[in-house]
Amino acid sequence: MARIRLTEILVGAFMVLGFVALFFLAMRVSNLSLASAENGYSLSARFDNIGSLRVRAPVSMAGVRIGRVTQIGFDQETYQAVVTMHIDAQYDQIPSDTFANIFTAGLLGEQYIGLDPGGSPDMLSAGDRIEFTQSALVLEQMIGQFLLSKAEEGGE
Amino acid sequence: MGPALTKPVSSCGAASETSQAPGADVLVRVRGLHFHRGEQRIFDGVDLDIPRGLVTAIMGPSGTGKTTLLKLISGQLRADAGTIEVDGREIGSLSRSELYALRTRMGMLFQSGALLTDLNVFDNVAFPLREHAKLPESVLRKLVLIKLEAVGLRGAVALMPSELSGGMARRVALARAVALDPMMIMYDEPFTGQDPISMAALVSLIRQLNDASGLTSIVVSHDVAETAAIADRIYIIANGQIMASGSAEQVAASDSAWVRQFMDGEPDGPVHYHYPAAPLEQDLLRSAVH
Amino acid sequence: MLDSLAGLGRGGLAALASLGRAHLLLWGIIGGLPSMLLRPRLLIAQIYNLGVLSLLIIVVSGLFVGMVLGLQGHYVLSQFGAAESLGVMVAASLVRELGPVVSALLFAGRAGSALTAEIGLMKATEQLSGLEMMAVDPVKRVLTPRFFAGLLSMPLLAALFSAVGVIGGWFVGAGLLGVDDGAFWGQMQSKIDFHEDVLNGVIKSLIFGLVVTWIALFEGYDTSPTSTGVSRATTRTVVHAALAVLGLDFILTALMFGG
Repeated sequence: MARIRLTEILVGAFMVLGFVALFFLAMRVSNLSLASAENGYSLSARFDNIGSLRVRAPVSMAGVRIGRVTQIGFDQETYQAVVTMHIDAQYDQIPSDTFANIFTAGLLGEQYIGLDPGGSPDMLSAGDRIEFTQSALVLEQMIGQFLLSKAEEGGE
Repeated sequence: MGPALTKPVSSCGAASETSQAPGADVLVRVRGLHFHRGEQRIFDGVDLDIPRGLVTAIMGPSGTGKTTLLKLISGQLRADAGTIEVDGREIGSLSRSELYALRTRMGMLFQSGALLTDLNVFDNVAFPLREHAKLPESVLRKLVLIKLEAVGLRGAVALMPSELSGGMARRVALARAVALDPMMIMYDEPFTGQDPISMAALVSLIRQLNDASGLTSIVVSHDVAETAAIADRIYIIANGQIMASGSAEQVAASDSAWVRQFMDGEPDGPVHYHYPAAPLEQDLLRSAVH
Repeated sequence: MLDSLAGLGRGGLAALASLGRAHLLLWGIIGGLPSMLLRPRLLIAQIYNLGVLSLLIIVVSGLFVGMVLGLQGHYVLSQFGAAESLGVMVAASLVRELGPVVSALLFAGRAGSALTAEIGLMKATEQLSGLEMMAVDPVKRVLTPRFFAGLLSMPLLAALFSAVGVIGGWFVGAGLLGVDDGAFWGQMQSKIDFHEDVLNGVIKSLIFGLVVTWIALFEGYDTSPTSTGVSRATTRTVVHAALAVLGLDFILTALMFGG
């Protein structure tokens, strides 16, 4: 009987260890935060070119992550990309004339949305559209422009 | 109430409930049994009667399917054709739960004992009681000890199966087989590989159990001397057929060549000594040519 | 020529029959769940056999795999000046792939082969027949607790493997190789997603646990009751389980992370 008791205790310890490991993975390794994603609101923005922006890319303001991109769609009538993003609930003071830019993190990094605040006294609320956007910089277009400007310079 | 409480504790020598004289009634009735395994026809139209309350021996050369017969009677295997009736119920027509209910009234002693290796002797004998009879632990304990006492192993109650000798393991398995006071016990080669002392113990146990509790015993064996000493009826099976049947004296006095070869232990006779092959000269000459 | 074709056909049919038997056995095993819940002692004993006794090999292997990941990862990443992403690399590799897969392979080798040998021996010593004769369904009594114990233990073991591996990687990276401690954990925490990475890893390990335990139990139950039969069955368990885990891993990875 004492052997059975010991077995049960060890099994219990094993289960606890396993769940602690899972908890550790969830809390310390992944980005699960207790301020969960249920509170917050959605905003949308339209871009001519989103470059390599992906779903789950961060949305930052002044370098601080305030939300994530949740959906990327395409409008067949205006031929624009429609980006939906989720903003954490605590950041509800975003002016309605804010600029949404697509920046690149580091030289080779992934792309993210950076918000430049405007000066309007009205704030964006759930479901609003950010009117002012700047598309991602496409490397080929930049090179093309650079070559063109170099050619013009040389021509003069 | 589990079966253990409806019948009197049988190992104390109380008489069985059925008031008929032993042998008057047939417990297992086999008719027209056909069974094959792979290419081999194990049973080719076999008829058997196992009378209630007696010890019936099924004997024959190795490999004739004696163990298969036990498995067919207990429903572990399905016959190709024919009927097997146990206590009036046809085995092939029973549902799973009905078959299981019937099996609680059958006990089987396997050749190796087949004790559960992770339980000790007490728990092994208590196993069928714990599974099928709802008994309080104190009653169960007394019952297990009584069963073990009947086979002479009450002192071994705390040992593990790995600590038992072969003969002791078989006796514990026997105690387990009678734990639920079954109506019949099947013994699969109980005497194989036993030393004379444990052999004698087993032989007398089988007879005592049968008489004391009005059990029906089916003993499958090829140990002629031991089996003939305790059997009331004998069947000899070879080549998928019954070669001889009757009481021990009748079979011993039979003049069939088969029976004589088997009972007298002759190396050659209807069961050939030599495996079928081409003539010796042919084989030897052939290898000389190559 | 015709003979080998016929042999191939026979082999194929035999494999199909095997697969069928395995599925029938699985139904029988799952059907034993209600009666097993009445006897939790059986389940607990099996979790001990399969889970607790595998702890040592899982934890030690996880530690070493994590440490090697830290070493190798640092070597490659520092060439691109991206050594600070070591945390992400170690954690992603472990949680998404190495945790579930390697622990499943180790589980197949340690616990799977033990299961097959145990069941095969029970068959060879007629214990399973004995249970049948005592009107106890051996599948429900013997196989079901082992199946659910394997199913439950596997995700826990995989999580332990990943967790210990991350710590091992941290020890090597931040402790020995000088990667910034804050960057290690910070980047990891922002890049590793709970739903996408951790949960998917758990789902993988559940599926692996199911498959490995199923194969181990089937091979033991189906083996011919001789000593060569049991040893062959044990080998088959390890080989088939390993192949199944790797094949399923490819399919699952494509489904989960392919997008």
